[in-house]
Parts: sequence; C-alpha cells; structure tokens
Amino acid sequence: MGKIFRFHTDVDTDQIIASQYLLYPTVEEMKSHAFESLDADFAARVQPGDYVVAGENFGCGSSREQAPAVLKALGVRAVVAKSFARIFFRNAINIGLPVIVCKPLYDHVSQGEEMELSLDEGTVTVNGTVYPCTKLNPYMQTILNQGGLLASLNGGEESAWE
Amino acid sequence: MAATMIEKLLRRNTGVETAKAGDIVTANVDRVMIHDIFIPFVKDKFEEMGFTRLWDPDKVVLIYDHLVPASQLDDPRHHRIGDAFADKYGPIHVHRSDGICHQLMTEAGYVKPGDVVFGTDSHTTTYGCVGAFSSGIGYTEMASILGTGKLWVRVPETIRVIVDGTLPPNVSSKDIILRLIGDLTAAGASYCALEFSGSTVEEMTVASRMTMANMAIEAGAKCALFTPDEKTADYCGVALTEEMTALRGDEEAHYIRTIRYQADQLVPVMACPSQVDQIRPVAELEGREIDQVFIGSCTNGRLEDLMAAAAVLKGKKVAPFVKLIVTPASRKVYLDALENGTLDILAGAGAVITHPGCGLCCGRTGGILTDGERVVATNNRNFLGRMGTSKVEIYLASPASAAAAAAAGKIVLPPAF
Repeated sequence: MGKIFRFHTDVDTDQIIASQYLLYPTVEEMKSHAFESLDADFAARVQPGDYVVAGENFGCGSSREQAPAVLKALGVRAVVAKSFARIFFRNAINIGLPVIVCKPLYDHVSQGEEMELSLDEGTVTVNGTVYPCTKLNPYMQTILNQGGLLASLNGGEESAWE
Repeated sequence: MAATMIEKLLRRNTGVETAKAGDIVTANVDRVMIHDIFIPFVKDKFEEMGFTRLWDPDKVVLIYDHLVPASQLDDPRHHRIGDAFADKYGPIHVHRSDGICHQLMTEAGYVKPGDVVFGTDSHTTTYGCVGAFSSGIGYTEMASILGTGKLWVRVPETIRVIVDGTLPPNVSSKDIILRLIGDLTAAGASYCALEFSGSTVEEMTVASRMTMANMAIEAGAKCALFTPDEKTADYCGVALTEEMTALRGDEEAHYIRTIRYQADQLVPVMACPSQVDQIRPVAELEGREIDQVFIGSCTNGRLEDLMAAAAVLKGKKVAPFVKLIVTPASRKVYLDALENGTLDILAGAGAVITHPGCGLCCGRTGGILTDGERVVATNNRNFLGRMGTSKVEIYLASPASAAAAAAAGKIVLPPAF
C-alpha cells in the first residue's frame, strides 16, 4: 500500500523538475525539487512506495529523462495516469519506473488515499474498488520486467532489440 | 498497398515492406543529436552499458547551445565532459557556439530527406521540415543508440493536416501551427505523426515549415512530416530524387483524422499563459500591456523571422518600458541578418541583439523575468516558470505579432503590409 499524490492534467516536465535544477550533477541532488512549482512539500512528504496519480498527458514537454528519474529516486512506486506524453513514457520504462495507464482511476480518487498496485494482475485498488489498467505492449513490458533498458542491455537479453 | 508518409519512410528504413501503424519496428538511425545539457548523462549511461566505441562516430552530432556562453558556474562542466567524450570516442561532429541544435542539424547538412534521426530534445521533431523522421528521446535511449545504431519504434498513426490557399499578409506559419495545437489540444496528437500538405504548405519556405514541425511536439506528436520538394532539396544541398518525392501519404491510406484549413480565413493568434493550447486571436488580446518581447529560438529565430520583425519595426522605436531581445538561431542567421541590414533595423529600433543559441527560451539566460511581468515570445513553450518565476505570463506569437507588441508596448494586431 502507498499514498496517492494527485496531480492535474497536462503536467509538464518543467513542473516535474524545473530546468534550473538539470545542471545538478546527479539525480540524487535534483530530487528534492520534484514538483516544486505545484507542491513545494512533495519531495519531503513522499515515501517510498507512494504513487503519483494524474489526468491526461502526464509528462508532456521536454525530453528530460530527469523527470521520471527524480520520481524513481524518491521511491515513487509507479505513476498512474489517464495517459502519458510519449517521451516521458519511454523514458520511464527505460529507467524501470512503472507508468500505468488507468482511465477510470483519476476521477474517483483523492490526494492522500491509500492505493495498491498489482503489476501482474494489471489492476490498482483504492478503497476496495479495483480499477483495470491498460497493458503495456510486450516490447515495453520486457524492458520494464528486466528493470529498464540499461539492465536489459547488460543482461545479455536480445529481447529488447529484436 | 496504400500508406501514409511515415509508413513509407519507415518501410524504406527498416526493409519491413508490410510495416503499418501500430507495428513495432527496429529503425536504423541515420544521425543523432545530443545537446550540452544532457551530454554528461548520455556519457555515463553509454559507459554503464559497457560500450567502448560508438557505432558510427560520423553520425553523432554534439551541439552546445543551451549553455553557451556559460551563465552559471556549473555550465562549463558540461562542455568539458562533452569535449572529453568527443576526444575519447570521436571523431564526432561538435559545434561549440554555432547556434541552436535544431537549426544546425538541417542548416549544416546533417539531416537529409528520408533520414531517421533522434535527439535528446523534444523539439527534434523539427527535421520533419525536410521530410525526415525525427523525434526526441531520453539520455538512456540515446546511449543505447550510440552503441547499437538502432532504436525500436512503434509506427505511428497519422493525422493529416491540409492547408490550402493564400495566407493573409499578417499571418504566418506560426499562426497556423498555434491554431492547430489549439484545435488538437496539448495531447491531441499524442503518439501520432502529423503529415502536412496543401497548397499553402507547398508555397511555404523550408524555414516556415520548420516552425510548424518544431511545434508538433506541443500537441504531443511523435513527428511532423513535409514531403520533400525542390525547395527542400535546394535547402539540403542535394538533388531531388524520385525516392524523395515519393515520400507522400497516399489518398487512400488510413488516417485517423484529417484537419483542413483555408489559409485566407486564418488570423494572427497567440498561445496564452500558461498552456500551449490556450489559443486566442490577437484581436481579442489587444491592449494587454507588456514588459518584454523575445524574438528567437529554434521555432522562430531564422532570417525570415528576423526580417518579418524588422519589416514591422522599420522606422519605429520599441516602447520605452519594453525590452526587446532578439536572438538569431545560428551564427549563419546572425551573419545573414547583419549583411542584409536586418540587424541594423532591429538594433536601431531599440532591440538587444544577443548571441545565437537557446537564450531565453529555456529560461537560463538573457532576459529572465520575474513575478507579474508579461512577455510576448516567438518560441514554443509558455509553461509555468519557463522564463523565470511561475508568476510570469508568457504569450507565444509570430515574429510579426511580437514585433508589433514591442513597438506598441502592448499586444496589438501586426500590420497587414
């Protein structure tokens, strides 16, 4: 179980991690500034295992991979949204951060509610209600299962490429 | 079998003759672009993956543009890391102060019609202006391309955009793409290719097409595509071949949506704070006072853009309380604008002409704004906090609309010459 941090529609990458922090040498140094313009306390309050829930088009804007990376570094278990911008989506899978499309969830949950994610079942559960999620394409599922593209390439698996 | 332009392009690139929207194919990458903000991360990932050499150094272009010239103490570190990477794994192409990456990739001849190109920047969609498939990726995927020369892609569905007729004199390709983003919304083209055609598009310069391809990402698009023609070939310095002109979507191909505009009915528009899809006609925004104007960026920092601004500002002065910042997209644009007198007119009107580069667009240098200030800008994003604090209002506009605002000190319709 983890807590829900709920954000709006069209959350862009500048809102996830602003450009002035991208020059910090490591993601560890950036992570305390995640979502700073939307919720200045986010990084202090989020606990490992918590979830980010959002509306449509989460992660639109820049190609900055630091956006999913700071969320992963803060221990966010998964981002569950109505839809994702494509570069954010690929980046998240490539670093092993689950990004889950769940159309019905967003309109029925609130900030702070407890949520459970089952990647195997492809569902999230909040307050006893089970919400079905959209499956990843097999290609991406393979990369995610192996812990990201780096792990996938280093694991000697050809599956990520052919 | 009827096909869209992206299907044809990816079939040719991959050799998979049956490739269609929804299929996953492994693309053979013709060129990659990495810019200065992400090179340290790309280098780390490349080495963590265990690669010891680049798949093809000649296909790698490293461009310093976001942090040139350095404005903060951490900036030079990125250039040192980039130079060391080039020394160790090169020879690769490095541009240390020649202009914005997206301008240079086509201007310096790195991208040709039909190519597949990836870059560590979301506005990599720009190279669709010459009929290339180009898209933005993160640094981990870039590292994997550097080692393998390949990237898996899902062949995107296509939204066809047809613009016919003659644009009114004060309406530019920026107004078309802003209008389209407003109609599609910021997520309306997610994962899709935007394929542009119609007589207006055919009449356009490559530079104008570049403005539209550049902003395709603001509707979520994976890429934007324009069929190569004589102008494209001329711009790219190649001979136009049948292979190039065949890169055209078939009428009978499957498009998930077709959007048509009549050019003569389009009007000057702006994207209002703080979303790219909050589009309103300039006529409805007239009278809003402004503090600053920015003319530049990979969206609208080319010679024709600076000339459009100069045409509005000729013989005029910028309003006394307005700062007008003009940033040519590249050194070549700068020199051309110097030579043909455009910079004379702009500087004479009171503009600050800055060094070529990303400048204010990425909010790091050259005109940062603060709470309560309002800017009219020709770049591609008006996100919260993009050019300063989150209480700055950014209006995105064409160069002519921006120049007209600079002279008036408020938003006004650009003159219809």
